[in-house]
Order: sequence, then structure tokens, then C-alpha cells
Amino acid sequence: MTQKYKREPVKMVPAPSHGILPERDVLSRPVLETRNLGIDFGGLHAVEDFNLVIGKTEIAGLIGPNGAGKTTVFNLLTKVYQPTMGTILINGRDTAGMNTVQANKLGIARTFQNIRLFGNMSVEDNVRIGLHNQITYSTASGIFRLPAFWKGEHEQHERALDLLSIFDMQDLADHQAGSLPYGAQRRLEIVRALATNPSLLLLDEPAAGMNPHETEELMENIAKIRDKFKIAVMLIEHDMNLVMGICEGICVLNYGRVIAKGTPEEIQNNPIVIEAYLGKRKEG
Amino acid sequence: MKTRKSKSFSANFITYAMVIIAFLLCELALSGAIPGFKMSRSLKGQLVPICVYIVMAVSLNLTVGISGELSLGHAGFMSVGAFSGILVSQWLLSAFPESNLELVRLLAALATGGVVAAIAGVLIGIPVLRLRGDYLAIVTLAFGEIIRNLLNCVYFSFEGASLNFSFLDPNLPGDIVVNGPMGAIGVKKLASFEAGFILVLFTLVVVLNLINSRSGRAIMAIRDNRIAAESVGINVTKYRMLAFVISAALAGMAGALYGLNYSTVQAAKFKFDTSILVLVFVVLGGIGNIRGSIIAATVLTILPEMLREFGNYRMLIYAIVLIVVMLVTNNPMLKSTLDSLKGKIFKKSVKEGDKA
Repeated sequence: MTQKYKREPVKMVPAPSHGILPERDVLSRPVLETRNLGIDFGGLHAVEDFNLVIGKTEIAGLIGPNGAGKTTVFNLLTKVYQPTMGTILINGRDTAGMNTVQANKLGIARTFQNIRLFGNMSVEDNVRIGLHNQITYSTASGIFRLPAFWKGEHEQHERALDLLSIFDMQDLADHQAGSLPYGAQRRLEIVRALATNPSLLLLDEPAAGMNPHETEELMENIAKIRDKFKIAVMLIEHDMNLVMGICEGICVLNYGRVIAKGTPEEIQNNPIVIEAYLGKRKEG
Repeated sequence: MKTRKSKSFSANFITYAMVIIAFLLCELALSGAIPGFKMSRSLKGQLVPICVYIVMAVSLNLTVGISGELSLGHAGFMSVGAFSGILVSQWLLSAFPESNLELVRLLAALATGGVVAAIAGVLIGIPVLRLRGDYLAIVTLAFGEIIRNLLNCVYFSFEGASLNFSFLDPNLPGDIVVNGPMGAIGVKKLASFEAGFILVLFTLVVVLNLINSRSGRAIMAIRDNRIAAESVGINVTKYRMLAFVISAALAGMAGALYGLNYSTVQAAKFKFDTSILVLVFVVLGGIGNIRGSIIAATVLTILPEMLREFGNYRMLIYAIVLIVVMLVTNNPMLKSTLDSLKGKIFKKSVKEGDKA
């Protein structure tokens, strides 16, 4: 497993000190770049000096002990929180002052740690809601059932089933989303995020609550999604098998600060990381 | 997939069929074609209000059930629609007195009522939709009262085709149409049961089609999980506003029909009680359940008339019926019994189907 997804080492280049984007090859222009990103909650520095660059088709991992600020980083990237410091560039564009919807339109999609599906709706409708900005028709043509409605609905249906087929969930399309088993709900959230046609997919603990077999399948699928859609994936995960297995670059957070960055091997052998996770060996 | 689409389609079909059959039955009863059944005078008088309240309940259900915002000022939009509708129809009458354009006047009144109420919906929606939950309910309540009190102080009169307007000053030249707290007077009655039926159908088409479309899914997504809806790029403000304004516009049309059903209409008719009455229809019929709203609005509008023979105890019995229905429909034991009964019947029919 580990060998299968091994790729060239990560491009987590240090953020430039000031201003202008450094000159880079167009192909390797990062999909996400943060510079000195940080947020205070009333004097508490939840995240500080967060610098990260993610390449176009990279799978990056964000790990750290509980309460390290991983989900806060996701919330900053998706503009649920407005950062108090630093900048976020998505595909080279500054997101200052944007809201979640605009960030999504720029190409960031996410899943949630505590699943946030539309539980009363069918699986397919959940995906269709993800397609909201992809396949559009006006409200009026929806109300009066104009041709645009039928065309749009048909396209949405086709695309939704197409997307569901990534996880072999086409047969579940009519089921109520809230009644699905936990693992399937997590997969559905990924499909819904993918439906928004992102260039960066943020997965918040995608393997939580999955059994080892499901986790392995998920690893394959994440790699498959990256290869198929040519997008970057960033994931928060506590399952080290998954993180070490598919991530090409890993960033370790502790107390809101980045304590290490590098390839899985480097992280595994990094004494600071080991200390953050396991604590210090007692002296004497 | 096919099953899902046909499911929503057949559910809508049942709703439409129910309304159309009810209308046809009423028409038959009115024409006296059903032997042994004669519609009483008071029931005949209730036909247009029933249509109006169905439209009100369905439109409020769009805000409360589908969009998930508790609005307590729905009667405010109704009154805006009623007064603007009356003004337009009376103005057309006064400007073209010799022409006999009843249908045009009615349609113009309904359209104006809808448009003006929609504008009011936008104006009120801008501040109100910044709030959520109880705060939104309180502010809509206040706005409903503000509209009513404003309408208590406006005066309109016609001189031929010209329209005079004043605020707080009753001395206007020409024929007075809207006379402050006395309300609209001398209204030429235009509303008919058929018009009401068409309006109910129109409302159902708008609301049911909206629910089963891209915009409707966005509205329900916001109701179910606002953060998730934002994360997939749904413009929350836009769709909350859309639901609120469509709901207001439909209430305005209902109001216009209601206003044209009486010769005088006072702003006091659209007080807080009316908003609550409509909310009772929605809650009793089931929040988010359009068909339930229709049935509840019909039954609860007829019920007080049916209970007239109880004299003074009328409202007491009305209240008891309300409480009993609420208790019964929210009883989990009864519900599970009914469900299991349904399951048994369904299974039986399947088995029989297998045998055959």
C-alpha cells in the first residue's frame, strides 16, 4: 500500500517573506498557498504563522494532537473564520474579504468532521445540491417547468450518478442520506464536495468511524479521485496508516503552530513530532 | 431513480387531484346537481375565504416549513396585497367607468397585490433575514403590526383617473376609496369561487414546482444545514430572500382576492390573530406538508361555521378540536400503531399480488 502511492517528494516550499508570488513554472503553480496565516480568538492564538504550499495534484496531510488547530485551519481556508493575520491564495488569487461561498467558487470544497449531510433528503439530492453552481437554470424556469429545467435536471441526474459511481453508490441514490451507514455518509460527503468541481478538496477526518477494510478502500479512492479529477487533496486524519500511506507531504501542527513539515519518512523520524505525540522521555 | 421522481410526481398529483375534485364537488353542490345536499348560505359565503386561507397557509408553509423561518407577520403581506389590489381595481373602474372589464380588473388587482407584497417582502426581508429563529419571529411580528398601523392612517381618493393620497389627513377631494381606519369602502366585489380556485392552483404550481427544483433544493439545504449549504457554494442570503419574497407575493395575491370579496375592508382585519390563524393551519397540517396545509385550512375555516349551532360554546369546541388533533397527530404510540397497520395492509396486498 505504502509503495503504491509513493510519488515525488512534496513541494512544501517555504512561503516567500513578502508580497509577490515567486516565479514558478506554470504547471507547478500551487493550488493553495498560505502566508503567515493566523487567527486569534480573544487573545488565544488558535493558529499562528501557518505557511503551507500545496501543488496542483498533491495529497497533503495535516496531522497533530487533539486541539492542535487542524480544523481551525480548514475553517480559515474555507473562510468560515476570517483570518486575523496573513493571506490565503487559492490558485494564486487572494481570498481576503471573501466568504465561504466565494471561496467555494474559487475552488475549495470540504467535508466535515461531524458529518453535515442533508439527512432528510435523498442521496442523489445531496449530490445535486453540490452541483448547485455547476449545472444551473433560473428559478423561474424551475417554477414554470421551462425546457431549461428539464435539461438541467437531466444533466444533474446524470452527473450525480456519475459522481456517485466513484464510490459505487449509484444504487443508493434513492436512499435517505441520514439512514446510510456511517462510512457511506462520509463517502457521500466527499462526493458532494467533489460535485462542486473543486481544485482543492479538504477532507476532515475522512476515515473516522471506518473499519480497516473501509479505510483501505478510502485510501485507494482518494488516490483515484486525485488521478481522475487532477485535483489536490488535503486531509486531516488520525489514522496514521492512511496518512503515511497516501500523503506525499505532511504538515504537523501543535498548539496552533507548525512543528514539522516533510515527507512521511521525515515526519516519522522527526523527534519533535514524536515528542508532540508521545511526550518527552523522563530524564534521569 | 425512476421511482424517486415518480414518487414526488405522484405525491404532487394527489395534491392537485384532491383540490380539483373538491372544486368540482363544490361546483356540483352549488348548482344543486347533488340531490339531497344543499350548500348553506354561510358555507357559500365561506368558499372564497377558504381559497384565500389555503393560499395563505401554503405560502406561509413555504417560509415556515420549506425555508425554516418562523414568520409571524404573514397577515401584513396579505393586507398590503388587499389594499393595493382594491386600489388598482377601483382605479380601473373609476378611470374607465363605461367599459366592463371585470376579469381584467381582477387580474390586475391580483398581479398588483402580488407585486406590491413582493416589494414589501424585499424591504422587510433585508433587515429581518439577518436574524434567525425566535428573533426573526419577533421582528416579523412587529413588521406585521407596523404595516397594519400604517394602513390605518392612509387615505386615497379618485377624481376620474387621477389618484389622491394623504397620510393622516382625511380631507381629500373626489371619491374616497381608502378611508383610514374605516378601511377601503365601496369596493366593487370581484372575487369568485372560480377565481379563488385558479389562485389556489397557481399557488400550488408555484410552490410545489419550486420545491422540486434547483432553487427549492437550495432553500431546503439551507434549512437543514446552513454551514454545509454554504460550503457547497449556495448563496444563503439569496435563497432565504427568494423563499420569503415568493411567500409574501402569494400572500399578497391572496389578500387582493380577499379584499375584493367584501364591500368594505379594514386594516384591522389583518391583525396578529390572522397571522396566528394561518400559522395554526400550517402547524396543524404539518410543517413542510403542503397537502396538510390545504386540508387544515379548509377544515378549520369551515369548522367555526359548522359549530354555530353550539352557540356560545362554539369557540370552546373549536379549541378542543384543535388540541385533540394536535395531540393525536403528535402521538408517537398512535403513529407507530398506524404505521404497523399500514405495513400489515401493504404486506397483505403484496402477498396477494404474489399469489395472483
